[in-house]
Amino acid sequence: MASTPSAPPHRTPPALHERALADLRFIRRTMEGAAAFTTFSGAGLVAIGLSALVAGIVAGPTPGAAWLGIWIAEAWLALTLGVLSTLWKARAARLPVLAGPLRKFALALAAPLLVGVVLTTTLVRSGAYAVLPGTWLMLYGTGLLAGGASSIRLVPIIGACFLGLGVAAALAPPGLGFAALLLGFGGLHVAFGALVARGHGG
Amino acid sequence: MAEPARRRRAERPAPAAPPLRGVKGEPAADVARELDALLHHRMRLGMVSALAAADALGFNDLKTLLQTSDGNLSVHARRLEDAGYVTCTKTFENRRPRTDYRLTARGRQALGRYLGHMEAIIRAAKDTLGR
Repeated sequence: MASTPSAPPHRTPPALHERALADLRFIRRTMEGAAAFTTFSGAGLVAIGLSALVAGIVAGPTPGAAWLGIWIAEAWLALTLGVLSTLWKARAARLPVLAGPLRKFALALAAPLLVGVVLTTTLVRSGAYAVLPGTWLMLYGTGLLAGGASSIRLVPIIGACFLGLGVAAALAPPGLGFAALLLGFGGLHVAFGALVARGHGG
Repeated sequence: MAEPARRRRAERPAPAAPPLRGVKGEPAADVARELDALLHHRMRLGMVSALAAADALGFNDLKTLLQTSDGNLSVHARRLEDAGYVTCTKTFENRRPRTDYRLTARGRQALGRYLGHMEAIIRAAKDTLGR
């Protein structure tokens, strides 16, 4: 039995108000996306890098309880600086801070940071201080790589640099962990922060 | 050989937006005529919206954000530039060319007007459906 050729599908044009709603959603989504490109604060990264350089010099190269305490304090300070600088830049640009891509970025970064806290506790209990620099750098790099998918192109590049440095620190002799921390949390933050600040308005 | 063909394809004007019908099928010609034809295109609306949220965006940032090709973005950016909605600055960064776009006051006003139209259309639809 020959089948009856079906009529070409008739495409009903969208109603004006449906298109208007879709347009408004599209505009909002695009603006949120653009906000994620600009609210990533380069100045904040530079400040984090400088604080890490100071912390690294104060903590010194010999891992131990005091060394760990300084780096944990530095992690809290860096988190505070990151949040404040993002708030400041978003407010200056009159943009919502909890926009979709920024929220995704924070969630993507939160998971490796949480793993970092658990691993640090476990490794410190077993006295494996020498493994900490590589672990921290690799986890932070992983977070930036994952979260950077919805941000400026530089962010995943920064993540890849941290990850590479972390791998190098993990495989290198234990004494080089100190240098890797200074180079990563200090040097990479300052260098990339300056690039972000210059190219993305602060 | 394939390159010019690809470029031609990329620079081919995007298909026009489908015609619109009014609320409950009423003719929408009058409302549609008032809409800014330049912004009624998704790509151009996206560019103007993104630039309204950011001080300036580079060509590659816009391309990533709007998930489009070089050719497509260039064509629509040029149309917005010609209309005076955006400005384009070309510089060199580490010997590599860099193109940045900024929204002009005229572009911001046009987006504001377009948003106003959209809101009015939705309000009218709500009124009609509420009757």
